[in-house]
Amino acid sequence: MTKDNGGIPQEKIGVYVCHCGTNISATVDVEDVAQWAADKLEHRGVVIARDYKFMCSSLGQELIENDIRELRLTRVVVAACSPHLHEKTFRTACENAGLNPYLCELVSIREQVSWVHTDKVAATAKSKAVLSGGVERVLWHEPLEAMSVPIHPATLVVGGGIAGIQAALEIADAGHPVYLVEREPSIGGHMAQFDKTFPTLDCSACILTPKMVDAGVHPNITLMTWAEVEKVDGYVGNFDVTVRQKARKVITDLCTGCGICEEKCPKKVVDDVYEAGLAYRKAVYTPFPQAVPNYPVMDLKNCIYFDTGKCKACEKFCPTNAIDFEQEDELIGFQVGNIILATGYDMFDARKMSNYGYGRLENVFTSMEFERMCNASGPTEGNIVLRDGVSTPKAVGIIHCVGSRDKNYNEYCSSICCMQSLKFAHLVDERTGAQVYNFYIDIRTPGKGYDEFYNRIVEEGTHFVRGKVAEVTNAARLNGEKEKLIIQVEDTLIGKQRRIPVDMVILSAGLEPRHDAKDVAKLFGISCSADGWYIEKHPKLDPIATMTEGIYIAGCVQGPKDIPASVAQGAAASARVLGKIQQGEMKMEPIRASVIEAQCSGCRICNDLCPYNAILFHEDTMLSEINPALCQGCGTCVAACPAGAITGTGFSNEQVLAQIEGLLMSV
Amino acid sequence: MTEKNDFEPTIVGFTCNWCSYRAADLAGIARIKYPPNVRLVRLMCSGRLDPTFVMKAFAEGADAVMITGCHPGECHYLEQNYKALRRYLLLRRTLVAMGIEAERLHLAWASAAEGIQLAREITEMVERVRTLGPLNWHLNGSQPEVTNEAAGKKLQEIELEVTS
Repeated sequence: MTKDNGGIPQEKIGVYVCHCGTNISATVDVEDVAQWAADKLEHRGVVIARDYKFMCSSLGQELIENDIRELRLTRVVVAACSPHLHEKTFRTACENAGLNPYLCELVSIREQVSWVHTDKVAATAKSKAVLSGGVERVLWHEPLEAMSVPIHPATLVVGGGIAGIQAALEIADAGHPVYLVEREPSIGGHMAQFDKTFPTLDCSACILTPKMVDAGVHPNITLMTWAEVEKVDGYVGNFDVTVRQKARKVITDLCTGCGICEEKCPKKVVDDVYEAGLAYRKAVYTPFPQAVPNYPVMDLKNCIYFDTGKCKACEKFCPTNAIDFEQEDELIGFQVGNIILATGYDMFDARKMSNYGYGRLENVFTSMEFERMCNASGPTEGNIVLRDGVSTPKAVGIIHCVGSRDKNYNEYCSSICCMQSLKFAHLVDERTGAQVYNFYIDIRTPGKGYDEFYNRIVEEGTHFVRGKVAEVTNAARLNGEKEKLIIQVEDTLIGKQRRIPVDMVILSAGLEPRHDAKDVAKLFGISCSADGWYIEKHPKLDPIATMTEGIYIAGCVQGPKDIPASVAQGAAASARVLGKIQQGEMKMEPIRASVIEAQCSGCRICNDLCPYNAILFHEDTMLSEINPALCQGCGTCVAACPAGAITGTGFSNEQVLAQIEGLLMSV
Repeated sequence: MTEKNDFEPTIVGFTCNWCSYRAADLAGIARIKYPPNVRLVRLMCSGRLDPTFVMKAFAEGADAVMITGCHPGECHYLEQNYKALRRYLLLRRTLVAMGIEAERLHLAWASAAEGIQLAREITEMVERVRTLGPLNWHLNGSQPEVTNEAAGKKLQEIELEVTS
């Protein structure tokens, strides 16, 4: 596959080797690599090879631009960092000097050489091989034009928690249509369940509900609750979305939200979602009084009518005849240009840590149960009481890091539990005057005003015991332990085992990715980390974009975070979307496959391989054709075509085979 | 010829732009060390892997080839890594029939977050190929070390592995 001069004009290649300060030059002899390229690759067309301290600096780029102009370079190879970092920089430099940007090749000698190897001789040799692969490859590059796609002005926001609400409002306020899709009957997310928010202790509902109402009535927001995204096709700028609107069995146009149906419904169901299992709801219900939209939904699994065929109490009493037992799920299709995923998190299931007794010892509570208990509109109207519903605890133990920072469950820190536990300690103290013990591994309070809050709780008299709790038990052994829950812990500050009797234990459970996070990721074509959190494009510089153009992530779906960070991400994601909408169209990498008609035998092997149905078979001509608008450039069909009739720009057979030759050239 | 004990293999690794190439980047960013024997080729997807690429690498002197891609079910292009898996299985059989040990071709899944795992895969691969010794493929007059009988046996083993 070596490109010789037979019939092809000799290319003039410029080679640029970057020191990256000492990031590369400490492990790779960059001068030697450049010199080697000048000497040994001259016959391949290398007319100039330079090394420079920082190729990506404006001076470094100028160096390339000047050479292109003065030496009339036709190809450029830069040996520096990963193409995912600076490919665009050097392509732009080429373009500035009048060279087609796709005639530039960036080879990585930093991430894949200098940073991962220690032996300078071997690293230098590998750099030469990698560079040689790049030179052979660039000979086969073709000038390409970036594809331009129009951006549909509508946006889909999935998840109506605080991150999704913020994102939807920002875009809607800017004058663009938003579809806000929420799985539950109401938007609000976890924040709607909380009573107080740390560290300011302002009422969660007081700050959230106005935003919920804004989102509910905004003329630019189409709110779809009790709905799930079923299908997503297309690509940035032009996604075709299908949403399943689950049957509410309530005609929303007629419903006034009076609540009579809920009142009359004879069926009580434990509310596992909103009330965390602490209270009942009806089979037809709105999850909470401030729900947006304020229409009830019918829970078909628990409705007596759907079980026995009798009842229909709700229908009988509804003053506006809004109940419709015949209503079916509806599939709603629409187009959007961009998508923001803000699907949030699940709580760690504290049952998994059986040594803490949740589900077995009745006065062990989860953090979400406690949140509901503190809430004035919750099952106990804000009274902190034991499971019997009346007794006030005299001593309360709060265990941090339940399911987090634990190799057996989740290794990561859930980031919010320390502050949440401190908040709980304050609320217990304020409302019951009970002794409060916080059991922690480390106190992590790095937010604004957070450490001050910690100090406040210390001053309020909460006992802090440093140590991971071994067990919560009701097996009394010592005086004063009778009818108590005993927390067995090694206090690592005094180096002693302690048994602390309490009346109530609160498990500060960590955050986990949604149970179906992987399926949702697959639906939208993005990736999850091993834990299940969605992977951002860059962990520091692009935490809200994903590797899939046009799909953004905001809030806890990206990793555990508190409310301010979720709001910031929601707003940030919307800013990115607004930027795209503003541009009206965007440039896309022209990496696409196409069929060489003369070589196509019409075997149709490629047809079934394409996951995007981009390959069309013409029965009349017996030829396959690839729709460039649907092709995503994976190249599977290129690899599979037995006739070699499909070529892929950017990654042609010639390019890859030449690169392999170059890589394996003796250096 | 190089002695087996100080033999340093040359390995070509095919990576997917979305997962394993980024895992390699991540390994670099985290300064995780692995032996310098592997040279990576970036493809848009493991599904782009034309079996010819693997043959070409062996023909040009690679002692082993690694194919890497997104974990099953996590392909950036939905399901194309399964096509890579099929080709890998077919290639292993073909290689054995050609007298090349099946171990010289290795498939590893690595997500963009798995820099450590990819580095470990590479390290282990280098170790394995060091033990196997060089692939004297393009030396004139060299005979395959694997006999037809052994190749047949190996083929059966692979089929068992694939079907079980």
